[in-house]
Amino acid sequence: MSKRATREALGATLVELAQEGADIFAVDADLARATTLQVFGNAYPDRLLNVGIAEQDMMGAAAGIALTGGTVFTGSFAAFGTGRCYDQIRNTVCESHLNVKVCPTHAGITVGEDGATHQMLEDIGLMRGLPGVRVLVPADYHTACAAIRLAADVEGPVYIRFSRFATAEIYDETIKGSFPWATVLREGADVSLLACGVEVEQALQAADLLAAEGVSAEVIDIESVKPLDEDLICASVAKTGHVVTAEDHCVATGMGAAVAGLLAERCPTPMRFVGMRSFGTSASAEALLRHFGLDAEGIKAAVLDLLR
Amino acid sequence: MEAVPDGSVRDLRLAANDMRVDVVSMIARAGSGHPGGSLSCVDILAALYLGGVLRIDVDDPDWSERDLFFLSKGHAAPALYATLHRLGWIDDEDVASLRTLGGKLQGHPDSNACPGVEVCSGSLGQGLPIAVGAAWALKGKATEGRSSERSVYVLVGDGELQEGSNWEALMLGAHHRLDNLTLIVDQNRLELDTAVDSECTLGDLRQKLEAFGWCVFEVDGHDIEGLLGTLRSARRVRDTRPRAIISHTVKGKGVSFMEDNVSWHGGAPNSAQAEQALAELAAEREAMERGEGNE
Repeated sequence: MSKRATREALGATLVELAQEGADIFAVDADLARATTLQVFGNAYPDRLLNVGIAEQDMMGAAAGIALTGGTVFTGSFAAFGTGRCYDQIRNTVCESHLNVKVCPTHAGITVGEDGATHQMLEDIGLMRGLPGVRVLVPADYHTACAAIRLAADVEGPVYIRFSRFATAEIYDETIKGSFPWATVLREGADVSLLACGVEVEQALQAADLLAAEGVSAEVIDIESVKPLDEDLICASVAKTGHVVTAEDHCVATGMGAAVAGLLAERCPTPMRFVGMRSFGTSASAEALLRHFGLDAEGIKAAVLDLLR
Repeated sequence: MEAVPDGSVRDLRLAANDMRVDVVSMIARAGSGHPGGSLSCVDILAALYLGGVLRIDVDDPDWSERDLFFLSKGHAAPALYATLHRLGWIDDEDVASLRTLGGKLQGHPDSNACPGVEVCSGSLGQGLPIAVGAAWALKGKATEGRSSERSVYVLVGDGELQEGSNWEALMLGAHHRLDNLTLIVDQNRLELDTAVDSECTLGDLRQKLEAFGWCVFEVDGHDIEGLLGTLRSARRVRDTRPRAIISHTVKGKGVSFMEDNVSWHGGAPNSAQAEQALAELAAEREAMERGEGNE
């Protein structure tokens, strides 16, 4: 099975959308080659605004372009393209309900060797707290393409979290997204294993490991962290009675916390949270997943702890 | 500077006086707000909106070919609301509802609630980057032959220029030669706590803006005739640089006890103070009507 990073979908899909006639613009902050928005810029040089190393200006300019009409995608890395310009996202883009799609790449510890400053672990929390913005965390290249198309199809702000880390292709090019978006990838009876982004691949591997131990895990890909597919999640949980969430993000404010909030209201269920509880550090992505317990073994351990 | 007919200047001065009455009345009624920075930019807004500088359709705030104006110093919302009131885009009832539940006139401008407001503002340092993006897009669209005449204006406070995001946008606007963009600085020299110069001075603002690649004008921000001439010159000058107009103003202009007084950045006049302020504005109006002018 070939592996690709979700970020590779960004520039290529915007080119397709523009070729199909969509009024697409992109703004980046000196990271267009890394985010792949340069691919779009190469095809449509007058539609990519690279503002230099100035993320606040990137988000402000995106808002201004959106106010003249058109759909605007922003880039940069999640650490900067979300954190550095949170105020612009909150007060200008979201409050004014502008047609800006915030699409940073390089989220999570799987950024790897660049270390803690570059490993954004709080962006899902920052974004899902904002009224009016929808949050997508694609698990593979094909869902990343579908997420971009979905974002372009809806009016108003959307956040899409892209990764640098190449992951297995779980879906194929026919996949289409809609809100709320969650997919049962593997049915099971003992535990609901909810994962998003790069952790979906790890969760699927964990389900194999658990099967060898006689535990039947239902694996659900949470593509839209906001809105959550509440009915799908609750139906799975009603069946299994146990929930483990896995994400390359801090557990305090991420997808798991969102699921916990849902379940606390609708069907309180014992849970475990796989995710980050500290800043990251430098190492390869694989080494970091293992070190912080975000790999398949770590997820398996969390499930066994819950079921014990 | 271009000549402006006398009659229209007199009308604009009277309109600015009406707007100051609105500002004082609505803040007094609301019991909170920012009178100082609202009163300092009233004449600028009167010249822009009522003096024929901004391309707008009075009958349609959403006209697709309108110029874009962004009030970056969102706390001066009452001055913008007073302008929209003159245009008839909001009514007396709206003006009476400033800062109340369900009202169009939020404490800081809300584009979801109020006609004629382009974008939500209030977090300082955001208007200029927005304006740069809008001007860049409009210039691109002009190249594509889709639109050509629209210009972009943004009003910032001088204290607000302490926000670094402005300087990012100043570089970008000059880099892209956005000659369809005009930055107006309401330089009233005071911020919330104290004087701009005693907290973190902007130094020689004209020199800085010029060094950043902008075509800079300066004007007395309470001289309607000068404002009209400068705004029109800035729009028409043959220069590929974006324009900046440093507008020298007095915070709290038009109300003696608020003028140049930092304690009137935020706060509402009590009824006696409001009465005095309105009496002063009435006297100013009377003098204008007698033909004495307001200089």
